[in-house]
Amino acid sequence: MDVAETYSDGRRLLVERPAVGLLGVALLYLFVDLMLRLANVPVELMGVEVIGGTLAVSTFGRFLLDGLIVGLVVGLAGVGLSMTYSILNFANFAHGDYVTTGAFSGWIAAYLVGAFTLGVEEPIGRLLMIQAPSLVSAFSSPLAIVVGIILAGLGAVLTALFLDRIVYRPMRDKGGIPLLIASIGVALALRYAIVFIFGTGSRGVTATGSIPEVAIPTGDGTIPMNLHEGTLIVAAVVLMFGIHFLLQRTKLGKAMRAMADNKDLAQVTGIPTERVIRATWIIGGALAGIAGFLIVLERGTLSFNIGWRLLLLIFAGVILGGIGSVYGAMAGGIVIGIASRVSLVWIPSDFARVAAFSVMILVLLYRPEGLFGGVKTA
Amino acid sequence: MSVAQRAWGAVPDSVKESDRQLIAGVLLFTYLLYILAQTFLAIANNAAILPAVANSLQNITFLIAVYAIMALALNLHWGYTGLFNIGIAGFMAVGVYSMSILAAPATGSPPGLGLPIPVAVVGAVAITALVGGIAALPALQLDADYLAIVTVGFSEIIRLVLNASYFAGTVQDPEASGYNVVDIFGIQFGTGGGQGINTPTSSPADFLYSTTSLGDLLYGPSGDPNALGSAVYAAAESVGVNSSVVNGATYSFFLLLVVVTLYYVLLVRIGNSPFGRVLKAIREDELVAQSLGKDTRWFKVKVFMVGCALMGLGGILWQGSFGFVNPNTFRPIVTFYIFTALIVGGAGSNTGSVIGGAVFAAFLFEGPRQLARIVEVLVTSVFGSLPSPTTFYAAVVSLNPLAWLGYTIDNVSTLKFVFLGAVLVYLMQNRSDGLLGHRKEIAASIDLSDRTPRKRESAAADGGESDE
Amino acid sequence: MSDATDTPAPQGKDPDELPEVEDSDIEKAAQETPRGLPLRVQGLEKRFGGITAVDGVSFEVEEGSLTGLIGPNGAGKSTTFNCITGVHDADGGAVLFQGEDITGLKPYEIANRGLVRTFQIARELEEMTVLENMMLSPRGQRGEKLVNAVTPGLRDDVVAQETDLREEVWETLEFFEIDHLAEEYAGNLSGGQRKLLELARALMVDPDMLLLDEPFAGVNPSLEEKLLDRIHDLREQGYTFLLVEHDMDLIMENCERVIVMHQGKLLAEGSPEDIKNNEQVIEAYLGEDV
Ligand SMILES: Nc1ncnc2c1ncn2[C@@H]1O[C@H](COP(=O)(O)OP(=O)(O)OP(=O)(O)O)[C@@H](O)[C@H]1O
Ligand SMILES: [Mg+2]
Repeated sequence: MDVAETYSDGRRLLVERPAVGLLGVALLYLFVDLMLRLANVPVELMGVEVIGGTLAVSTFGRFLLDGLIVGLVVGLAGVGLSMTYSILNFANFAHGDYVTTGAFSGWIAAYLVGAFTLGVEEPIGRLLMIQAPSLVSAFSSPLAIVVGIILAGLGAVLTALFLDRIVYRPMRDKGGIPLLIASIGVALALRYAIVFIFGTGSRGVTATGSIPEVAIPTGDGTIPMNLHEGTLIVAAVVLMFGIHFLLQRTKLGKAMRAMADNKDLAQVTGIPTERVIRATWIIGGALAGIAGFLIVLERGTLSFNIGWRLLLLIFAGVILGGIGSVYGAMAGGIVIGIASRVSLVWIPSDFARVAAFSVMILVLLYRPEGLFGGVKTA
Repeated sequence: MSVAQRAWGAVPDSVKESDRQLIAGVLLFTYLLYILAQTFLAIANNAAILPAVANSLQNITFLIAVYAIMALALNLHWGYTGLFNIGIAGFMAVGVYSMSILAAPATGSPPGLGLPIPVAVVGAVAITALVGGIAALPALQLDADYLAIVTVGFSEIIRLVLNASYFAGTVQDPEASGYNVVDIFGIQFGTGGGQGINTPTSSPADFLYSTTSLGDLLYGPSGDPNALGSAVYAAAESVGVNSSVVNGATYSFFLLLVVVTLYYVLLVRIGNSPFGRVLKAIREDELVAQSLGKDTRWFKVKVFMVGCALMGLGGILWQGSFGFVNPNTFRPIVTFYIFTALIVGGAGSNTGSVIGGAVFAAFLFEGPRQLARIVEVLVTSVFGSLPSPTTFYAAVVSLNPLAWLGYTIDNVSTLKFVFLGAVLVYLMQNRSDGLLGHRKEIAASIDLSDRTPRKRESAAADGGESDE
Repeated sequence: MSDATDTPAPQGKDPDELPEVEDSDIEKAAQETPRGLPLRVQGLEKRFGGITAVDGVSFEVEEGSLTGLIGPNGAGKSTTFNCITGVHDADGGAVLFQGEDITGLKPYEIANRGLVRTFQIARELEEMTVLENMMLSPRGQRGEKLVNAVTPGLRDDVVAQETDLREEVWETLEFFEIDHLAEEYAGNLSGGQRKLLELARALMVDPDMLLLDEPFAGVNPSLEEKLLDRIHDLREQGYTFLLVEHDMDLIMENCERVIVMHQGKLLAEGSPEDIKNNEQVIEAYLGEDV
């Protein structure tokens, strides 16, 4: 596409979609403002600061890092939501609670392994109920974390498969709305089943004292990053590449991509749909569960509503990336995460989530196929 | 009462006959069950029967009424028009907060506009309608499931903004660093932030029992009961029922008999009219409605505004009646309650909405707790006492069924949600039309199958001859 | 109201029932459109991604005529209908109805001007009864205004108007001989009955012209006869029809003019005789058969 064409496309866009144009202008303003702030250049007009200001690179770096962390979690969890949305044709409101289920199963496992490797004297009941406070860390017991990650995935997968069997499978021929409503029921039941067992209290799970930290220098300060944050980033990135490999290189992945594109066609061409659906739940569930485990590792506390609180952010990421696209879900999640934290440059932290949800609504209104175009990558 | 009766008179006879009986039957059954249960519990606990029953009935009446009101409002969106609005909690919040801010004294913390309460209520309903109009813009172009995500996002945005300390209005010194009073052209107000905000009254029945002047009516009654109040309180006191139960009962029955009736009549009128017919057509196939010359977008905006106004008013009558409210009252779970009520009754049917509200409130929402109390009484009377393990693990490893039961009863309020979720799933799998869905509520102001022409009717009405 | 000799009102229809038309509009229409051509399509284009479904199609439909639009599967007939009636935005070209440019108008605006269409796959409002389906159509219903529907005094007018409409609806149902189904849910009708209902419902809009997309598909032969009779009756009353149909014999027997589309383009236009003997048309259809 040559420049003139791009230009005229842009002009057409402005004429046809004034709101999009406005949004573009706003984003451009924010970008310039950010650059000026980082360069410590306040621009004043008649005594009023119109653009620019001061912002330490280290502060901004920390926003970015926080955003990346949230974004990776949201992106990981979003993969499953996006896949079920396109393959089973419904918005799964229970997805957030798969995240929670994964986190709980993972942390039970991590506690058991942690207590064993660290030789902590705790009654088994307190371990199973994740009651012993702040027991493990990636430093004191890396094995516990690895086992925790695996069991988090497994727990969420088993839950997802079980629920598919009893709830969604009998409803395959129903429309998206009955399924959506059923998924709200599943979300309620699942979340409060967890409360029934573990209670509503929020519990500290990671040993906080002795986690190693690195300080990334930025010129005007440093960005601190601890081992748990590092673990999260590494694990999430590895998993994302794993998914990429799975989708591109394996037969299953190709079948899934075909089905996401066109379910009927896939059926006609003999792709075994139920098997693909099962694979969808397995992959989506595992990533959701692991995402839950990782965010708890980073934040240090576990409670019954972490997944539910993440759900709308996950939806936002999936919508941003374009529903049905696995890569879009990952990228969209990261963008949402970073946007919600970087927005703190301009707005009070009370409004970070407001900003994220607003972006989601705007995208649904003006670009329902997602930011990265309607191309279905997977 | 006479308002309600007159309003009821406006409902077409065809609808009225069976539906009035149906609703009355369900309510009667519910009340009987509750009277029995409460009598049993009062006897078992050696408490006075009448006050216990009265208190329980006023409580359940309140719940039935508010869920019926909200289910009716939702029925306009979801049942008639197929607009999948799951942001109800947000619209309720807009109503309640608008009223509170409009009515709060300018000197309060947070400050408000100090308007008379009736003005504040009307203003709040208008504001909710406007906000609904804005929220309707997505509804114009989105599929149902996208609209669901947008509306729930919208309602969370509203809640988070109300929760933010930024607009709280609690730090009123302009010099202070946390100054957070909203100031629009000199009109100052605040939301109270996470701490919540006072609503104008904590006992709406005072308007009936304590009003002695116009000022009381406008700014909320304060002080001693008036003649009516004194008489009623004294009468109740003589049978052991205290004044707070009287107040509660009065307000609850006002909601049930007047407000629910008014909502019902309004909804029936909207539904059984050419307007309602277009709504139904939009639900079934919007393109067909357009191809037959209906400007469906405008219909959707209107219906969104009206529905949201009804939700805002419902919120005011419900959450706005406790004297205090905070943003956490308006979590999405409230929306799901209301949806469950409507789905239980049968989306699309107004009678179903009322019955759904009743069944939800009495059996799904309040039922488990009452059942647990009864089971507890029964079990203790047989086994002497019921263990109450502190954790799930302790209960399980005790290998004692009584301990399991004890743990279950202690946590029945949690199990209630699991049960609710299961009911939703069950309904979606087996009875997506609810108890009364798919009923013939024909969208017309007249009986379409009756071909009596107009001339004859008016002739008969004029006392002219009728050729039968 | 204009002079009846100037703008011939469709015979059999009460001129008072026609939508009010401004005199200046009529003059303009008279200048732009040769009299008696309610629908003119000029250079219509519609693309879906890579495919050009309609590729510069121009044609005209005469007042009071029954014109056939034929073409092999995928020729672009339904897409043409969709572009004319505002369901799709055309990528190019213009549509004139009664001399006015209706390109780019919304479906409801076009319907309100008296150009109403039916769908290839009957789209019933399934959970509404046949009566409700029919009552939906009429234009200018007072009760479609919310205030009128709910306000006690104003509602009486709504009831009065609905009572009149009800009679009209029943008469139309009788005309189509589906009055015995009046209280049935539309979703319970057979395919043929749905087609009848769809046509009846479209008529209740009181249109000047009807675009029918395969109204006989899935209709059994005896019902088809009946439906055709109805259409001829209506045509005599002054309605204009544009009819998409695959059954060649039917088109040739019933239409006075035929338009042929092929691969998005206008292939031929003329009397049934001309079309029957047109080499290109034969080729296009043969090409499909092979
Ligand atoms: N909404 C759409 N999106 C993409 N392609 C479309 C769409 N509608 C039609 N097409 C394509 O446009 C072409 C013309 O289709 P159209 O339905 O107009 O044909 P038709 O003449 O009505 O055929 P038929 O006789 O089968 O009804 C076809 O190739 C069809 O696949
Ligand atoms: Mg076609």
